[in-house]
Amino acid sequence: MKVTYFPGCTLRTKAKDLDLYARRSAEALGIELCEPKDWQCCGGVFVSASDEIATKLSSVRALIDAKEKEQPIVTVCSACHNVIKQTNYAMQNDETFASRVNAYMAQEKNPPLPYAGEAEVLHFLELIRDKVGFDTLKAAVKNPLTGKKIAAYYGCLLLRPGKVMAFDDVENPSIIEDFIRALGAEPVIYPARNECCGGYVALEDPASAKKKSNAVSDSAKNHGAEMIVTACPLCKYNLVKNGSSLPVVYFTELLAEALGVKEV
Amino acid sequence: MQRIGVFVCHCGTNIAGTVDVKAVAEALQYEPGVVISKEYQYMCSQAGQDLIKEAIKENNLTGIVVCSCSPRMHEATFRKTAAAAGLNPYMVEIANIREQCSWVHKDIPTGTEKAIILGKAAVAKVNLNAPLTPGESPVTKRALVIGGGIAGIQTALDIADAGFPVDIVETKPTIGGKMAQLDKTFPTLDCAACILTPKMVDVAQNDKVRIFSYSEVTDVSGFVGNFEVTIKRRARYVKEDICTGCGLCTEKCPQKKVPNEFNLGMDNRRAIYIPFAQAVPKVATIDPDYCTMLKSGKCGVCSKVCTVGAIDYQAKDEYLTEKYGAIVVATGFNPISMEKFDEFAYSQSKDVITSLELERLMNAAGPTGGTLLRPSDGEHPHTIVFVQCVGSRCASCAEKGKEYCSKICCMYTAKHAMLIRDKYPDTDVYVFYIDVRTPGKNFDEFYRRAVEEYGVHYIKGMVGKVSPEGNKLKVRASDLIDGKQLHIDADLVVLAAAIEPDKSARPLATMLTASMDTNDFFTEAHPKLRPVESPTAGVFLSGACQGPKDIPETVSQAGAAASKVIGLLCKDKLTGNPCVAHSDEWMCNGCSTCEKVCPYGAITYQDKEFRMPDRTVKVRRVASVNEAVCQGCGACTVACMSGAMNLKGFTNQQIMAEVDAICK
Repeated sequence: MKVTYFPGCTLRTKAKDLDLYARRSAEALGIELCEPKDWQCCGGVFVSASDEIATKLSSVRALIDAKEKEQPIVTVCSACHNVIKQTNYAMQNDETFASRVNAYMAQEKNPPLPYAGEAEVLHFLELIRDKVGFDTLKAAVKNPLTGKKIAAYYGCLLLRPGKVMAFDDVENPSIIEDFIRALGAEPVIYPARNECCGGYVALEDPASAKKKSNAVSDSAKNHGAEMIVTACPLCKYNLVKNGSSLPVVYFTELLAEALGVKEV
Repeated sequence: MQRIGVFVCHCGTNIAGTVDVKAVAEALQYEPGVVISKEYQYMCSQAGQDLIKEAIKENNLTGIVVCSCSPRMHEATFRKTAAAAGLNPYMVEIANIREQCSWVHKDIPTGTEKAIILGKAAVAKVNLNAPLTPGESPVTKRALVIGGGIAGIQTALDIADAGFPVDIVETKPTIGGKMAQLDKTFPTLDCAACILTPKMVDVAQNDKVRIFSYSEVTDVSGFVGNFEVTIKRRARYVKEDICTGCGLCTEKCPQKKVPNEFNLGMDNRRAIYIPFAQAVPKVATIDPDYCTMLKSGKCGVCSKVCTVGAIDYQAKDEYLTEKYGAIVVATGFNPISMEKFDEFAYSQSKDVITSLELERLMNAAGPTGGTLLRPSDGEHPHTIVFVQCVGSRCASCAEKGKEYCSKICCMYTAKHAMLIRDKYPDTDVYVFYIDVRTPGKNFDEFYRRAVEEYGVHYIKGMVGKVSPEGNKLKVRASDLIDGKQLHIDADLVVLAAAIEPDKSARPLATMLTASMDTNDFFTEAHPKLRPVESPTAGVFLSGACQGPKDIPETVSQAGAAASKVIGLLCKDKLTGNPCVAHSDEWMCNGCSTCEKVCPYGAITYQDKEFRMPDRTVKVRRVASVNEAVCQGCGACTVACMSGAMNLKGFTNQQIMAEVDAICK
């Protein structure tokens, strides 16, 4: 299976692990990740700048690239995934937005056909759930993580806004828990798993962010978890920086470990 | 040639606001057949009707067109007016220039133009109208009530009281419905069982009432006064007429792990069970999903202990067909599923419960014997948080909740809060609300008492999240008046779940051809003036199947529905609808298409002798319509390929004349 793979800027800097293990795991699962040429930053802050078109154009370029290649566009970073999925949704449902974006795109050197949200946007976890299947993943596991108690941490970007992301039940999600089970480990359900980590508040008011982060890691610990797994570089940054009581790993790292491709 | 009068109504400003009524009257004056055209402020008023009557007499009118509201509103009124002036009522046509014109248009030129066109169409039709005389049909003097909750019980009792036999069909093994599960009732706090169970006994002992419990309606045919209904009596594997309700079998049955639906799954019952002590009929029922004897043929304990030999493992579902003159729908409501509202952690913690579950926890006959204990550990809760409007008034979350207000929650939450504070004064009770809505006699006083005398903390704001941490439920909520976020460590959280119509309502509506709204509540014939009748003649509505209702309202509606049924059953004959199908036997080619599409079985074929133009006699097979059975739906008229079928009052020629008038 070939998919368009959009790594995003954080995966080239702070979150190299997230990227590296995603690539190794994909290979082990027989998925070819095709990186678009000259991809740019996803745009970063969709929600906080919804009236700004220019920052969305890079997402649209990646989407058009995927559409032209007739492949789903896959991301691992939950922030990139959120921005690209919301942009795609806006291209499908917001006429004003779509026509303005297409007007910009018509000014490109080789103008593409008008884009109307045809591409399919998938998070790496959705790719596994919907295209690979957790049963297939289970069968591919070489080193099952038996006995490990792992807390899935969703944060907000993977799930919300629920209607647009259509990722999982926003209040009672199960995709990462199913993923953990497929790897042979035991998921720990705890109430803070879909709470905010503090996000960018960390820049403005570190004390508040610390409170949010610690509430998440403490809740996971109190429910008996040994580690926290996340898909989001910002979540990991906040949890670790604020002294998480548990180790925090990316889901791709666990995946690579279970598939036996962590060290090559 | 007809002599037609046109009467244009202003309807105050309802029509005159967007339609130049004078211009309409003037324009229609010159239509073929029109001899007089007038406008008046309220045509339906006494003065307006008198104006029509005088005009009919003075001008020897043979037909009239009233340009006014929808025919659903006042067609009957104007037909009566015409009849009073000696005109056949079917020579009246209504041009709907209100709902389909003035209300939907914003400017006078457009509205006026359309009103004139609608008026012209009606005039064109009246030109082809012929006087019609309705036939008569007999009335079966028996009523059917579908649903045996308080609504159905009250309706049945009132109908029986007037001397008419009535049958109740209830899907559960007992009548009683939701009210039987309640503890106390607002605003007087009398116990639900104390006021309901005597009524259940009355029903059981009334020789005019038959109860078909554990049964459902599977088919309805016929029409007002003459319904034929098939009732499926599900096999309960216990002979109803023999079982004494002693309950021995329910104590000895070895299958003890069946979730008890009467206590909302908070405790278990046996595979053979009587839902509760006051059940009517008080007979046992075997749950085939759990009975080992029925599943594997091994057990038979109940049969061994039954002293009267009432157990019958071989029982089969039985079907019963009965005739009724009127049908009352009383299918009731259910709380919606809380699964999609997991911000309140309903599926994650046993200590997050719905208000109906709380009723059972407070009920002396409930799983805790009436002592309020946490479901998780059986401890006494000290801090209780009530969340109002869970899934109600939820326009932004239509995929999981309801847009409407469920109406009963404000009052029952005030009741719960008050009862808890009264019985357990050491408990802190918080109620989070969007608005407190307590219209109703003595209702607001009741709510004020909860706040002022019982010290319940009412907080305007919604709960955002409930997190089970240890043995506490951490509640995060906003206090909109103080502008603060609140964190409460609660022991019990109670959700006021929105209510929705019972799932059986939708298929039933299809069988009855009764209309429903988008929320699956049955629609009334008129929201203000005919609130207990369905638009389908002979079908009446009782209780929450028509919209959220509390007990006082349900009981009054149940009585109102009963009085409408009694009014119908008192009649010996019903005047039918003369707008029925008619076959032109000379054009009919005997193809049988109409017979196949007729949903009422009103068309039959017969061989008839015809004198042909060459003076020979020929036998031809032609369609004939039973006018008493035909409902005038018109299916046959469109199916007939030779154009022999016509609907009286709505002939193909009349409809084409209307279309021509519109397109001219």
